[in-house]
Amino acid sequence: MSRAEGIYGLWLREFKVFTRERSRVLTSIFTPILWIFVFGGGLGSVVDIGGVNYQVFIYPGILAMSVLFTSVFYGVYIVWDRRIDILKEVLVAPLSRTSIFVGKVLGGCTDSMIQASVMLLISFAVGVTLSPTAFILALLLLFLLTLSLVSTGLVIGSLMESPEGFNMVVSFLVFPLFFFSGALYPLDNLPTWLSAITYIDPVTYGVDGLRTVIIGVSRFPFYIDLAVLVVFAVIMFTVGTKAFEHMK
Amino acid sequence: MENVIETLDLTKRFKDLTAVDHINLKIRHREIFGLLGPNGAGKTTTISMLCTILKPTEGTATVNGYDILNEPHMVRKSIGIVFQQPSVDDILTGRENLRLHAMWYGVPKEVRVKRIDEVLKLVGLESRQHSLVKTYSGGMRRRLELARGLLHLPEVLFLDEPTLGLDPQTREHIWEYIESLPEEREMTIVLTTHYMEEADKLCDRIAIIDEGKIIVMDDPESLKEKVGGDLVCLKTATVTVDRLKKIDSVSKVEAKNGYIVLTVKNASQNLKEILDSAGKIESVEIRSASLNDVFLSYTGKEIRTETGEGGIFERVMRERSSR
Repeated sequence: MSRAEGIYGLWLREFKVFTRERSRVLTSIFTPILWIFVFGGGLGSVVDIGGVNYQVFIYPGILAMSVLFTSVFYGVYIVWDRRIDILKEVLVAPLSRTSIFVGKVLGGCTDSMIQASVMLLISFAVGVTLSPTAFILALLLLFLLTLSLVSTGLVIGSLMESPEGFNMVVSFLVFPLFFFSGALYPLDNLPTWLSAITYIDPVTYGVDGLRTVIIGVSRFPFYIDLAVLVVFAVIMFTVGTKAFEHMK
Repeated sequence: MENVIETLDLTKRFKDLTAVDHINLKIRHREIFGLLGPNGAGKTTTISMLCTILKPTEGTATVNGYDILNEPHMVRKSIGIVFQQPSVDDILTGRENLRLHAMWYGVPKEVRVKRIDEVLKLVGLESRQHSLVKTYSGGMRRRLELARGLLHLPEVLFLDEPTLGLDPQTREHIWEYIESLPEEREMTIVLTTHYMEEADKLCDRIAIIDEGKIIVMDDPESLKEKVGGDLVCLKTATVTVDRLKKIDSVSKVEAKNGYIVLTVKNASQNLKEILDSAGKIESVEIRSASLNDVFLSYTGKEIRTETGEGGIFERVMRERSSR
């Protein structure tokens, strides 16, 4: 089982790096907390959406956001690894490119899911009570979202030469994915153009699914949310393995 | 004798630059083979192709009997590489780096701990094995990298400029390890270097490579003999080239800027005859032929990058080569 061993080794490396770089862990949790308590709390004191307090309303959206940022940004580490020359040790090892991709994806998913779990556990602080079923369903949705977004980040990372280029990715990909996902507003009465864009943003379905299981508010049927997330994950995972085949 | 590596017209082009140009090499089992050449000669590119990091534009090669194009996975399994730029992971400890490497190379679990202990001892990093690599010095990193290259007992070890930028003491230390490997571990070693001294000391055979082509290939002694003996540099007031040429032991005479450079067989024995024929002499310098002279005589270029001004020889040679 040297293949599984190799993948485990790749994951282990990512996990050790994650736990050793405390700043990574801290910032990934600090930002979403600011959003929930400062932005959500501030607006929540005056705004209700469909009878739901705004702070509670955006909580599922912020969960999706934290996963979105951590997952896509994870792709930048592969650019750094190449820059400081430690990637070639992995590339020249007798590991298939698919194994390398899987190992990296698992590493990224671990980072994101640890963060997502912490975020879910503080739900009580915003006044959300989660049943065990809701907790598990939320984790499942977050995992699907993470899987596709980590893959997306790695695809971008595999194509990039310099870490600086990643800033562009943030402006042109991560922020649009976030703002058009309806994480901060309801999707019901949007102007047509905005509505159309939110429909093609895969993160929308993650946010909607999370809202369904956490606060019982939704725009689409749950099975649609789930189906879109699964399809998105399968596509990005496949694209990722192809991208790694061609990575230099 | 069995050839561990054979290349067939191995070629790599980058846009309009031909980095490696139809190279044919046969490297024998348990040999230390050196690729010697200036920076940018195509040494690293050649090694990268043999390690399956780069795909050749033309031609192919076999490593350990596996084709680099069709069986890269098998090639990778049987080789170890020490890169020019250290590629050990900063944020992990030395031991962790080795452990991960063992997992990636499929070193069986049962022997893993023992092997790691062994290589750590070999490179003298036992006491620092649990420190993060970012606290290591350049020499320690290089030694860790070497340990890692040895960990999975490769048949062939590629060393790309193994002692680049290291202090003389560490360099000696690493040379000792490398020299012992073919014997003790039955390994074949391919190294690139632009240090003449390193190639001379370590290699059984050397290929001098320049602008992507192999210029000459032989063992260091034969290469030096090809230059034709020792070098004698005279500074004289009177130019006596014709008389010096008549001496039997002198194979080549060149006059330049008041200096005369002679290529002489057994210079120490024949010096008196030379001095008698040369007339009034201001200074004499004798030196046995080095690989640098070999390189110079084949390429007309200076390879040395580490010495600055150098002695009379270097100055005269440089002027000669820039002609």
